Amino acid sequence: MTQPVLELRNVNKSFGPIDVLHDINLTVKAGEVLCLLGDNGAGKSTLIKTLAGVHKPTTGEIWMDGEQVSFEKPKDAADRGIATVHQFGGTFPLMSIGRSFFVGVEPVKKIGPFKIFDRKTANETAVKAVQEFGITRIDDGDRLIGGLSGGERQSLAIARAVHFGARVLILDEPTAALGVKQSSHVLRIILEARKRGLAVIFITHQVTHAMAVGDHFAVLIRGAVAANFMRGEKTREEITDLMAGGEALASLDTELEGYMETHEGHPPQPVA
Amino acid sequence: MASASQTLAAGPGGRRAGSALGQLARRPEAGSFLGMVAVFAFFAVFAGQVFLSPAGFASWLNVAAEIGIVALPVGLLMIAGELDLSVGAVIPAASLTVAVISGHYGLPESVGILAALGVGMAVGAANGFLVTRTEVPSLIVSIGMMFAVMGLTLGFSVLLTGSTSTGIVPSETSKFLLGQFIGGMFQVTIFWWILIAAVFAYVLHVSPFGNWIYALGGDRVSARNAGIPTERLTIQLFMMSGFCAAFVGVSQAMVYQSAQVAGGQSFIFNSIMCTVIGGVLLTGGFGSIVGVVFGTITFAVVNQGIYFTSFDPNLGSVIIGALLLLAVIMNDTFRQLALSYTKKKG
Ligand SMILES: Nc1ncnc2c1ncn2[C@@H]1O[C@H](COP(=O)(O)OP(=O)(O)OP(=O)(O)O)[C@@H](O)[C@H]1O
Ligand SMILES: [Mg+2]
Repeated sequence: MTQPVLELRNVNKSFGPIDVLHDINLTVKAGEVLCLLGDNGAGKSTLIKTLAGVHKPTTGEIWMDGEQVSFEKPKDAADRGIATVHQFGGTFPLMSIGRSFFVGVEPVKKIGPFKIFDRKTANETAVKAVQEFGITRIDDGDRLIGGLSGGERQSLAIARAVHFGARVLILDEPTAALGVKQSSHVLRIILEARKRGLAVIFITHQVTHAMAVGDHFAVLIRGAVAANFMRGEKTREEITDLMAGGEALASLDTELEGYMETHEGHPPQPVA
Repeated sequence: MASASQTLAAGPGGRRAGSALGQLARRPEAGSFLGMVAVFAFFAVFAGQVFLSPAGFASWLNVAAEIGIVALPVGLLMIAGELDLSVGAVIPAASLTVAVISGHYGLPESVGILAALGVGMAVGAANGFLVTRTEVPSLIVSIGMMFAVMGLTLGFSVLLTGSTSTGIVPSETSKFLLGQFIGGMFQVTIFWWILIAAVFAYVLHVSPFGNWIYALGGDRVSARNAGIPTERLTIQLFMMSGFCAAFVGVSQAMVYQSAQVAGGQSFIFNSIMCTVIGGVLLTGGFGSIVGVVFGTITFAVVNQGIYFTSFDPNLGSVIIGALLLLAVIMNDTFRQLALSYTKKKG
């Protein structure tokens, strides 16, 4: 079948004496959403930081398009088309949509010897890019990022990644801080990105969100891949139990869903 | 704001006006503009005719120009998330450099001026290098640098000339370019300030570097990941403030025809005050050049205007202190407004 866009082969990662990732083998294909599931501290963030060039694997290999790659810094991964969107989306709250969209790759006009930041093009391109993802409420590129809702910010960040030719989109808990409605926006945008042929790696703690968009699921337990399966191969209850580290928590999750419905989508504070 | 939303509700005509007001209100200089107008009006009433005469204008413009030239790069650094307190030591260091080289030793003024500007840029480069390499906050680095430069200035001055002050007789050209009083009262520095402000406005608001500066102040790590050469940019910004402080030092030497080891310290807090009154966010990522210019004018008007009134001059300091507090509160409000502002369709 098609070659995976991204492949991890026996990746291990330790921080000094602490082994965080053990022998991770995973593949991500274009047009596929991989849901990375796992309890707190399972190593999900560490795994994607390794993919994004923030950490280097202690041992093991990363392959892209059938070619082994090594990332020295996040820029290297970004240049290969791996885009990471962080939990709060845009990181420049006081910059305008147009300006932040083009940070580092500013469109310029030249007038004589002077380089001029092309604000009009920047704004139009940014607004168009995010509107193509169905967020039509954003229509003014001069608005500040900090004035957007969490979901809009996520959407903008994803639209930006797609616009700049990302092939692998990494989303670390993009729906964690969002209410039900905003989350569904983000999930729809994940599906749109998939439709455009991106490989999406989606980290979430919410089984519902994972099941809504996932094609492929990988569960990390204490840094190792405990389960790796395709859509439809496991039931919701099985996934929930796996996510909780193999404990039978499925029934609790159903209770939680009930709780969330009556509490505007906010899960109760977890007790440590 | 309250008035803006009222006009918004007033109908289609008012809506357009409201939208224009909204556009204005979300600019970083909105608060500082109001502050400037208020302060000016206050002194126009209480300081009488002299304040509004050319001599009155000259008195605060001369002060504004010197602080303004330093406040501009300090503002740019602040937008980029850094502070520079060493400017207070660079000014006398540059003054003395040109006075010692060209006054005491009689070397050509071009040599003295270039050396002085070089000293400024070297101090800036050292600041930038230390900040990017050690990741010690620039507040600390530049305070350390300030003391080091002050000590070195005093040491070299005494060593080379045996005194803490040196005279210099500027040549015709230098006097014309840097030390002239136009119409007998307006320092030529005012025009340099305007020129430098225009250059900075281009850099921050028009050129793509401006975007880098905002990004740097917004989030350094993300800016670096986006491919912005953050370290080089930081060093360049510090060099710019070193250069501008040295420029003020040189022009002071040409205006007063002498240079002292002490002096310049007032610039440290005054330049920060001008930028903050001008709507620059102390923690970076937000601000404008026009704002810094407005802030500087506000500061200078209070600073000088008080002498034209019958009030105790010490009241000036109280007003400036209150203004600073008010400016920060007002700028916070305007920033919130800017964040929540959306273009109304009408
Ligand atoms: N730089 C580091 N140095 C040492 N240990 C680290 C480092 N980064 C992560 N760890 C450890 O690795 C483990 C996995 O952390 P990670 O952040 O990847 O978990 P996670 O699956 O993303 O959890 P969460 O769901 O809470 O976000 C944790 O025990 C953490 O303490
Ligand atoms: Mg995590």
